[in-house]
Amino acid sequence: MLASYLTLAAVLFCIGFYGVLTKRNAIIVLLSIELMLNAVNLNLVAFSKYGVNPALTGQIFSLFTMTVAAAEAAVGIAVLIVLYRSKATVNADEFDELRR
Amino acid sequence: MLNFNIDFTGEFFAFFLLSVCAIVGAVLAINFAKVVHMALSLAFTFVSLAGLFILLQAEFVAFVQVLLYVGAVTILMIFGIMMTKHQDEEKARSRPLLETLAAIGCLCLFGILFYAIRAASFPLPAAKLPDNNTLEIGKLLYSAYAIPFELVSVLLTVAFIGAVALAKREEEKP
Repeated sequence: MLASYLTLAAVLFCIGFYGVLTKRNAIIVLLSIELMLNAVNLNLVAFSKYGVNPALTGQIFSLFTMTVAAAEAAVGIAVLIVLYRSKATVNADEFDELRR
Repeated sequence: MLNFNIDFTGEFFAFFLLSVCAIVGAVLAINFAKVVHMALSLAFTFVSLAGLFILLQAEFVAFVQVLLYVGAVTILMIFGIMMTKHQDEEKARSRPLLETLAAIGCLCLFGILFYAIRAASFPLPAAKLPDNNTLEIGKLLYSAYAIPFELVSVLLTVAFIGAVALAKREEEKP
């Protein structure tokens, strides 16, 4: 049963990873990062119940991960809104001023 | 290597249903055209993950998942989408080479993870989790994990102030 949960978490992680690599809209990249963090939380809670020493440590760790993910999403959206104000786009291909 | 020792209990059916919902939500989130549909489909995935947490006897984590992810993060993303150009659909300027390479990379990563999961031998669980999940998490948070708890609250305050300071409009100097 633990292997099924870990496999599901691996599938969600890889789908989120594909979204981060491929999507051009920066908000969708942030959303895919949240999906990857959710897969990690599923791993932690599955190990909390089915692992070697079942304890609540995994669940508490997942609470902290969720909090950090929410804080990172807030700061990411704030940065994106400031960028949008100056460049009027959220397409990741257009943020290339350091490259030219 | 692929030994399927599945006993068809109710937990297995619930897990199967919820995991299908989660995967369908995630795949649709990648494949929709409009950005708002992507965010809503991902909210559906978050709700099915909350159902999976309840199946894993982590009720408090499930409710925090619904509150935080479906409530806060999805709404934050929809605010971000509405404040940036949301009428545009995902631009059709697809780069097939990049997408193929990324898909191959993700499949390799999943293959490695799947092999690692199948090759590991997981022992049977030793004891049951306590029944009153929220009470036990509260006891642990205030006794053993009090310092990370306080640090996380400092982190949240700093992130909140930082986000507001970043997104504030620059006022014209008189």
